[in-house]
Amino acid sequence: MENQKKAARHKYRFINGVHALMIFFSASSYANDKLIGTAAVNQIEGSAGGGLVPWAVLSGYASDDEWGTSVFTSDSKFDDYSLNTIGFAVNYHDRLELSYSRMTFGINAGAKDIRVNVAGAKVRLFGDVVFTDIPQVSLGIQYKTLIDFAIPSSVGAKDDSGTDVYLTASKVWLDGIAHRTVLLDLNARLSKANQVGILGFGGDEDDNYDLSFEGAAGIFFNRHWLTGVEYRQKSDHLSAVKENDWLDVFVTYLPNKSLSVTAAYLSLGDIAGEADQTGYYISLQGAF
Amino acid sequence: MAKLRTILLFSLLPLFMVACQSTPSNLHTGSSTNLFAQLGEEQGISRFVEDMINNLLVDKRTKLHFEEANLDNLFDQLVAQFCGLAGGPCQYGGSSMKEVHRGIPISSGQFNALVEALTQAMDDNNVPVGAQNQLLALLAPMHVDIVSQ
Repeated sequence: MENQKKAARHKYRFINGVHALMIFFSASSYANDKLIGTAAVNQIEGSAGGGLVPWAVLSGYASDDEWGTSVFTSDSKFDDYSLNTIGFAVNYHDRLELSYSRMTFGINAGAKDIRVNVAGAKVRLFGDVVFTDIPQVSLGIQYKTLIDFAIPSSVGAKDDSGTDVYLTASKVWLDGIAHRTVLLDLNARLSKANQVGILGFGGDEDDNYDLSFEGAAGIFFNRHWLTGVEYRQKSDHLSAVKENDWLDVFVTYLPNKSLSVTAAYLSLGDIAGEADQTGYYISLQGAF
Repeated sequence: MAKLRTILLFSLLPLFMVACQSTPSNLHTGSSTNLFAQLGEEQGISRFVEDMINNLLVDKRTKLHFEEANLDNLFDQLVAQFCGLAGGPCQYGGSSMKEVHRGIPISSGQFNALVEALTQAMDDNNVPVGAQNQLLALLAPMHVDIVSQ
């Protein structure tokens, strides 16, 4: 009974997200001077990227003299958990990205969700992902605050808020493998987050900033279909519950610059004592 | 498992660094000889260049730049340039991209509009994706000469 209610609530949240997206869509005046695909999608913490990993590109199709906006929602289900996100990002002159994401982490066995707010900023430092020989390089921060700290605190988390800082480099080869356009991304991140913040920040094992690496590789079949893999290293701060690196395999369909749909298979390893969490992810993004 | 994944991740790093140093043209040496054929030789190139110019004249981001241009000359120069880049028997005799665009303020957005006019024209003329990507990669280095810094 409780599970049914939970499932209904979960579904309702996603549908709400889709509605919000449609309302935003009817808003006018859109920035569309960047090339299709170069706005990426929004990863779970709201920054432009894939599903799990931010990329160096900025969200939305704003070029060097425009403003752009994107809105997104995503939904994923794992063996023992679910994760729902909704948020938006604003792009100023393809130089600065400001983003917000609300992550809601559902626990199938319990009635309580864990909600995390993420405010992000990303600055493009140099390079153009398509047109320069050097990669596009950006610096980003993600400030995360937990609304529900009881569970994280009970497993040993020190803080209910934390800041991640990451350096990201992305490059596209128009004529890559098999004459298809190829994208590679590599990031370095400093973070105290446990399970990207869902289980709080810092812990009994240590309360230090850890350096971790992330990467993505993708290939465009044509300008409308992109597939790839992402990898996100994570570190342990909690002695009670271990965490593993995250991996996803995704397919994105971009019918045009205003809409993209991403489906992914996620492998998240152990989460809060439950082993080998795998599941599916779907995300919708609107840009204008 | 976690170790294996770390190794996998780090194996991406050298790949990334090697890939960064290789320009698109030396990733596929010799491919440009049949690029000319894949683009439909001079006839095929002429067809999509004509459509590209029409697209440029319709797009509000580019039409002001091209309305006043000598379109016959633009057509001839573009065909010769694409044909030559693709390994065809043509020689681009026009001025360098830097000279042509000197003093003309062109934004990244306008440059992208140009790319889109070309890709749309190639799509409309059923140029295969692989051939499109090869031509775009040959044209991409001109970004630095065309867009105002």
